[in-house]
Amino acid sequence: MITIQNYVRAESLEQAYELNQKKSARILGGMLWLKMAKNTVGTAVDLSGLGLDTIEETGEGFSIGAMVTLRQLEQHPGLNACTGGAFAKALAPVVGVQFRNMATVGGSVWSRFGFSDVLTLLLALDTTVELYKGGLVPLETFAAMPYDRDLLVRVHIRKTPGRVAYEAMRIQRTDLPVLTCAVSDMGGVRAVIGARPGKPVVLRDEKGLLAGGISKESAAAFAADVAARVPMGANSRGSAAYRTHLAEVLTRRCVLGLGGEL
Amino acid sequence: MEIKLTLNGRPVTDTVEPDTLLIDFVRAHGCASVKRGCETSNCGLCTVFLDGKPVLSCSMLAARADGHAVQTLEGLQEEAADFVGFIADQGADQCGFCNPGFVMNTIALLRENPDPTDDEIRAFLAGNLCRCTGYEGQLRGIRSYLDSRKGGEGHGA
Repeated sequence: MITIQNYVRAESLEQAYELNQKKSARILGGMLWLKMAKNTVGTAVDLSGLGLDTIEETGEGFSIGAMVTLRQLEQHPGLNACTGGAFAKALAPVVGVQFRNMATVGGSVWSRFGFSDVLTLLLALDTTVELYKGGLVPLETFAAMPYDRDLLVRVHIRKTPGRVAYEAMRIQRTDLPVLTCAVSDMGGVRAVIGARPGKPVVLRDEKGLLAGGISKESAAAFAADVAARVPMGANSRGSAAYRTHLAEVLTRRCVLGLGGEL
Repeated sequence: MEIKLTLNGRPVTDTVEPDTLLIDFVRAHGCASVKRGCETSNCGLCTVFLDGKPVLSCSMLAARADGHAVQTLEGLQEEAADFVGFIADQGADQCGFCNPGFVMNTIALLRENPDPTDDEIRAFLAGNLCRCTGYEGQLRGIRSYLDSRKGGEGHGA
């Protein structure tokens, strides 16, 4: 169990940023992962008083505060309408309703967990993160950046025309996924494979395997190409070889799930 | 540090450590229905409502509840009484340790979705673990309660 010496509910982003410059400080998300750590936190900085718990929808896209919960994403009508229900499908299997009422999008995205369903899905969309000092950064760039002392304030999703499909494999409901997969065709096809078990990776259709449209054959060819290119590892949930097999199956299902011509 | 919140409708002011968990706070204030189970945010035994939403009190700082409304099963007896007899009649409680968490989350389910399908019940209660029953008893009990509300036979209470 983690030990916390000081708790501050931040009154401004600047205050939170200043407090977070100490190495011993930690920003609190949902605290579900953090509380199981065994280290000592000097100052725990809580962003829950800064109004970052809302999803704002405009004609151009969505602005999602860092303290928005996974349950809010799962139930948001606009997000699900734009993604064919992918948010509900991706997040409903994450532990239970109580857990999803606590886990935050900021905590999930900032931590860049390999097993993160929401990170996998967001990487398939036209997503940028808004950092307090670092400004707007494409999520794909952010996912590869080293951890620093900045603050993740909001996640922005543009309503880029296109479709997205999401699939994941779990040993049982509520468990961490063995593999996650999202495929989208928003300005070019991209496949995202997560829970490898490392961080999700983004792959594009570099060989133009889907350039002629989606068919059983082209979906299978693209899926085989993705599976061959994704570096896989092993953990207690599955071997690298099993994950490679799953990557092919889930990618094919996602591509076919997009349906129709690209 | 000092926090002020309402616990089952009653204003409470107390001093807590920065890392005091909400589960320890509510138990110290007489809410023994809130149980410590897995300690990994998975089992649902420690479910309480924070501003009406079910959360895991084993993973929330008491300091975070400052200024908010917390409810435990002790404060929801009347609402629970509607359906717990149906669950008991199905033998779904067995050792009973998981029961308060199940009842709390069932209240949350029925507030959000008063007429759930069996699949919706299973999905909503997926975060409540029971090592005795295999979950069918709880499902039968809730289904029986819902059927009785529609004027069906029901099988309990």
